[in-house]
Amino acid sequence: MVKKLFSLIILALLVIMLLPLMTDFAPFAELSRVAEKYVQKGPAEVGGQNLVTSVIVTYRGLDTLGEIAVLFIATAGIGFLLGKSSGKHKRSEASQLVNTGTAFLLPIILLFGVFIFLHGHLTPGGGFQGGVVIASGILLFVLANADSQISSNLLHWIEDLSGAFYVIIGLLGLILAGGFLDNSILPLGQFGKLISAGAIPLIYTLIGLKVGAELVGILNNMQRSQ
Amino acid sequence: MLLTIILGIILIVLGLWGMLSQKNIIKIIIGFSIMDTGIHLLILSIGYIKDRTAPIMNQAVQSAGQVIDPVPSALVLTAIVIGLAITALMLTYAVKLYEIKGSLEISDFKELKW
Amino acid sequence: MTNIFIGVLGVIMIAAALIAIYQKSLLSAIVAAGVISLLASIIYILLAAPDVAMTEAAIGSGLTTIVFLYALNKIRKIKADK
Repeated sequence: MVKKLFSLIILALLVIMLLPLMTDFAPFAELSRVAEKYVQKGPAEVGGQNLVTSVIVTYRGLDTLGEIAVLFIATAGIGFLLGKSSGKHKRSEASQLVNTGTAFLLPIILLFGVFIFLHGHLTPGGGFQGGVVIASGILLFVLANADSQISSNLLHWIEDLSGAFYVIIGLLGLILAGGFLDNSILPLGQFGKLISAGAIPLIYTLIGLKVGAELVGILNNMQRSQ
Repeated sequence: MLLTIILGIILIVLGLWGMLSQKNIIKIIIGFSIMDTGIHLLILSIGYIKDRTAPIMNQAVQSAGQVIDPVPSALVLTAIVIGLAITALMLTYAVKLYEIKGSLEISDFKELKW
Repeated sequence: MTNIFIGVLGVIMIAAALIAIYQKSLLSAIVAAGVISLLASIIYILLAAPDVAMTEAAIGSGLTTIVFLYALNKIRKIKADK
């Protein structure tokens, strides 16, 4: 009873804290000064159509690097906790529907994932979304083929190499251009074309491979521990 | 948009209430993920500007006066990916605790209680 | 019009949140939590953030639900072994 009272008091405090957001709400009519700068100068400075991508990969690129490091640590923690698979349980065969569907859909899903992260600077999407789409395609493959094993060595190599190249590109920016992860180490190209925006397609491809490999690693670990 | 701010706050409060009132560890993690969704909704609603479109500068969008703030979108995008990794880590801990103790009730874990 | 749409989605989301918290069956609670994320991704589209909507639809309702189900399945297997 006392516990419930404490929970209610905490909730009431939270509501009081959040209430000003609701009562004093004045919708923005103008962009904030930071956003104004990104929107005004972004297309010319970075060369990407999608400004969210420009913010993630270039302006706030260091945060993205840190975020991927957090993702890596979480994956490593899951792998460490689940440990080696016991291998006792036999998995039942998937139904024919899943098998046929996988054979038909898997190449399309993987192609769609690659499309999403290659066009990250032009259309909505990018490395994170593309990586997730690839991971879900591989999950479908694992569900359909009960006794197939995804080589964790291969996953580790993809993850390590893409992470290392990401940092190397960042350092190249420090030497050749204005700063860490500056995308103008490659020519900006024509605005709105697939090969443009300097190093952004390259960086986002690496992010996509790394995120995809990490998420497949999480799913693979959880599936193998079953 | 005011409506989505209210919705976000309701989801945050419901999620926290679930975390505080439920005894099952899986239920606590579900409460956390509801709270997560509420916070994302709140951050995005604050960055929204009425009658403006997504920050993609193609032929249809010519001036800066037509797009919304790209910064909240970028923040929330990374937060969602991190949220998945953290949820998976929490669930792994829950499975390990069940392996050791044979129970998911939070009140059965008394080792660190004082 | 948009407000009515968001209002309907919001009512469903709040109902799903209550189900996720109070439903005794863990499986139903997990699916209800997935529904919240899926509907949230529709609202993100209306808030002019398609990038976030894609991520939320793929991660929040897809992979998170799968990860929950893997954990639940593992817990059931441990229970069966005991």
